[in-house]
Amino acid sequence: MRIGKDLVAAAATPLVLGILAEGESYGYAILQRVSELSGGELQWSDGMLYPLLHRLERLGHVESTWGESPTGRRRRHYRLSASGAAAFAEQRKQWAVVSEALQRVWPDGRGTSLALGGAW
Amino acid sequence: MTGSEPARYTPDVDAGLDEQIGMWRSFMAARPAIAPADLDELESHLRDQVDALAASGLAPDEAFLVAVRRLGKIDDLSREFAREHSDRLWKQLVMGEESTPRRESRGLVTALGLAIAAALGLKLPALFGASLVDDPDFYLRNIMVLVLPFLAAFFLIRRRARIATVAVVATAFVAASVVLNAYPFAATGTTEALAVVHAGVALWIVSGLAYVNGDWRSGQARMDFIRFTGEWVVYYVLIALGGAVLAGLTLGVFGAIGMDASTFVSDWMLPCGATGAVVIAAWLVEAKQSVIENIAPVLTRLFTPLFTLMLLALIASAVVQHDFVDSQRDLLIIFDLVLIVALGLLLYSMSARSPERPAGWFDTLQLVMVVAALIVDLFVVVAMLGRIDAYGASANKLASLGLNLILLVNLAGAAWLQLRFLRGVTHYPALERWQTSYVPIYLAWAAVVVVVLPPVFAFA
Repeated sequence: MRIGKDLVAAAATPLVLGILAEGESYGYAILQRVSELSGGELQWSDGMLYPLLHRLERLGHVESTWGESPTGRRRRHYRLSASGAAAFAEQRKQWAVVSEALQRVWPDGRGTSLALGGAW
Repeated sequence: MTGSEPARYTPDVDAGLDEQIGMWRSFMAARPAIAPADLDELESHLRDQVDALAASGLAPDEAFLVAVRRLGKIDDLSREFAREHSDRLWKQLVMGEESTPRRESRGLVTALGLAIAAALGLKLPALFGASLVDDPDFYLRNIMVLVLPFLAAFFLIRRRARIATVAVVATAFVAASVVLNAYPFAATGTTEALAVVHAGVALWIVSGLAYVNGDWRSGQARMDFIRFTGEWVVYYVLIALGGAVLAGLTLGVFGAIGMDASTFVSDWMLPCGATGAVVIAAWLVEAKQSVIENIAPVLTRLFTPLFTLMLLALIASAVVQHDFVDSQRDLLIIFDLVLIVALGLLLYSMSARSPERPAGWFDTLQLVMVVAALIVDLFVVVAMLGRIDAYGASANKLASLGLNLILLVNLAGAAWLQLRFLRGVTHYPALERWQTSYVPIYLAWAAVVVVVLPPVFAFA
């Protein structure tokens, strides 16, 4: 199944915020986690994650620091800020409403709604 | 070869991974939207991905190709970075796609055409008997509506603006020219000069509407326009300096061969040059972005400390003399100019600053400057109220007082946010938002001074 571009774009921000809410992380690991959480169904070009992270940083939702990987590679780490946690809680509420509405309109309540509500 | 982007990196199989990544980096570095730090980050990602793929059994060069491919098409990536970091590349962003030499030359043709049209437009009223010499009053009144439409037109053409945007901008210009020419201004009054100056401010912001292609709600677009304004001023001053040299040499060299060029210089060269330069400077800001990017931060860093010192000295001498209420009117007006320049410096450095950078000594210095400006502004407001109380209200005093109050609120907010930023309570974009959301207030106040103030004071 291919998830539409708009839906991926809409889901990316709450997903990244949610992953960072689990703890500090970096670009490559975030993408691994996205793939893991969605069973590989939710994908976008790897590079696109970085402008998104930078936007979240500009908005003050995440903070970044340069660190090193265990092998000594330079790596930029991101962690959620207080305002990021608030934004995440807000997004979560909104998505819960959307997800619930979709569950109601699809009587069997299975399958497609997973990508919206269940993944995180 | 499929022609898709990653295929361009098809490496010599013998080339090492480092070499391939080096090639990839230099290729990516050609995109102005992607900063070196972003490249570091992307390279780190790329190497992680290559390692993971190699661990699952791919040869290093295959792993590299797959990893590059997964990173996404370079154009898409560059566009995403540009969208987020519009400060790095707002030129290309506002113009749509990546700029190409052909677009640039077309921009030059548009700019030259409009500059010539503006210069001729300035001389056009002379055909109907209103020449610069015979009817200076006509020119004084209409200078803004004669010149600025060409600037707005330049943006509207370059952005291929929607009809709605064109209509709004055109309506504003028509309305301004109707008001300025229909009002029966008294010949010796101050309301006319006030109206003209404020019409200039209002129409400049309206031109900004054309600049941002109707996207006036976007704070980033407004910040781009603020940055444009600062850089336009720098370019205009540079052109004016060159023009002054040219005019002086023209006078001298024709004088040397016994011809008097003064009429040509004063009637044609200076007015037409100054008018055309408005559009040319705008084009230069857009086309030669990278040149000025290096100058803007230097200028602000040079002048912010000096200007802060000047403000502090001003406060000290005002405290020593404490006779602001009896100050000459001219003196109070020069204070307005000082405050406007202080705000200009703040905005200019703000627009040239990367929002991600943490607070530093320069931000502290800016706080000092803003607080000093705030104190000066308070002095002026008190003096102004004293003058209005003592001598009654006049258009001049009210316009000045309104400006001071607007600046007072702005500076107070700016100082408060700057303090919070320095203490790490808030993040930099909050400061930018404060300033960008203030732009409509300038427009509204300028419109009030143009439209409402003259009738209230009987056009005196």
